Amino acid sequence: MTATTFDLRRPAGRFVLGALAHIGRLSLLVAEMIRGLSEVRIWFPLAMTEAWKVGVGSIPIILLVAGFAGAVTALQTGYQFSGNIPYYVAGSLIVESVVLELGPVLTGLILAGRIGARYAAELGTMRVTEQIDALETLGRSPASHLIVPRVLAGLVMIPALTVIANVTGIISGWVAVQAVLPVTDYDFTYGARFFWRPFDAYYSVIKGFSFAVCITVTSCYFGFSTEQGAEGVGKSTTGAVVASCVMILLLDTLLAKLLLH
Amino acid sequence: MIEIHGVKKRFGQQVVLDGVDFVVQDGETVALLGPSGTGKSVLLKHIVGLIRQDSGVVKVDGKEVARLKREELRALRSTIGYVFQNGALFDSMTVFENIRLGITDEAKYRDMEYCRERVAKCIALVNLAPETADKYPAQLSGGMRKRVGISRAIAGSPKYLLYDEPTSGLDPVNSDIIDDLVKSLATELGVTSIMVTHDVRGAFRVADRLALLTSGRIVQQGTPKEFMASTVPEVREFLERDFGNITFAA
Repeated sequence: MTATTFDLRRPAGRFVLGALAHIGRLSLLVAEMIRGLSEVRIWFPLAMTEAWKVGVGSIPIILLVAGFAGAVTALQTGYQFSGNIPYYVAGSLIVESVVLELGPVLTGLILAGRIGARYAAELGTMRVTEQIDALETLGRSPASHLIVPRVLAGLVMIPALTVIANVTGIISGWVAVQAVLPVTDYDFTYGARFFWRPFDAYYSVIKGFSFAVCITVTSCYFGFSTEQGAEGVGKSTTGAVVASCVMILLLDTLLAKLLLH
Repeated sequence: MIEIHGVKKRFGQQVVLDGVDFVVQDGETVALLGPSGTGKSVLLKHIVGLIRQDSGVVKVDGKEVARLKREELRALRSTIGYVFQNGALFDSMTVFENIRLGITDEAKYRDMEYCRERVAKCIALVNLAPETADKYPAQLSGGMRKRVGISRAIAGSPKYLLYDEPTSGLDPVNSDIIDDLVKSLATELGVTSIMVTHDVRGAFRVADRLALLTSGRIVQQGTPKEFMASTVPEVREFLERDFGNITFAA
């Protein structure tokens, strides 16, 4: 009994120490980032390039995923409809599902893979090939050259992509629902407006922004703290994507509780 | 002047530096020799403040590196050119942009006319063709990448040049070219240089003084002649490979 207690304490202690070390390093990175914000001349053009790469480059996958998500929601709505529910409810259901949940969460998860993996792999490779050390020896701040542009590009583009995903999901849901139910355009738009609150749109963008913070800061942190060659880059990339996805799901629940109730 | 006194550094359980004492006078070219994994590069990184020692003192121009504030460290780093083992070139930038980043004076960095002239001069100093400026690091050979790394390090007209294994992975001809370059830069630019290497032959060709780092300590330092005359077993063992009798395999 004593031996079991002893065995459990050690890994638990190591876990706590490890977690505290991560929090400490992450806080230092965020502090560096805030300090790097003052070098606008350096990060602004880099952020523009980064925004173009991560934003425009992500549009096709976002259109694809949101399009299918909206269509599937519509088809399943049709499957669950019984005779005594008014058809306009389909419009409310699809629009609210897409705007409140599917649009921001699917966008977040897809971009955690696309942008998060990209950031972690890029920065990780730069770390193991000493490019980050080189920047420091040249008296330049890695935060303003590498982290600030990436984080800001993500903070602008991910909420924007969330809005694009919402619009795409609603349009595809609108088209798809008419294939399975006799819902007219009037029914759909009436239903969409019936339960609509302007806060729903803000909530969706707030979620997109929160997920953007998670994805960009987490992946930059993982990339920045990469160690030990190609294997380390692989580990950081996987870690960044997994951590971002878990944080997105946790935040999704937390925001629903905090902002919708 | 670079002064290193009683520097100790460990990573986890592994002791890398165990009380290193080492001084480099202004204008000197010193080769820091030692087997792989003995902490030569770690020692070099202490000088630019990339790594902090557990104990001991590292001073550059009388300033204790570990105690410098952010801006002071930045200013110090602008006086030091660091040549990384594999170049550490930014692969998303052209050679021109890489070398331009080495111009540490912000006003000069923003002056494109100055930058073009300076980059062209640095490229010429390391014997590269002018058209190399438009290429990306991936389009260059290993030797060319090293020379671009040296170009970037000298672009800011540093007072000190630190070379981390500048000839590793190069064939003997290219190694000689880099060695000659290190020597000529020391003479032409009047910089103080530290060259980390395990190429004994190259070190003897280039350095005014040599030091041997093994088991975390400097076991011998002196002029090439003093080094050759040393009776320290680690030095003899190290020199034997390059200056001993050749035994043929068949």
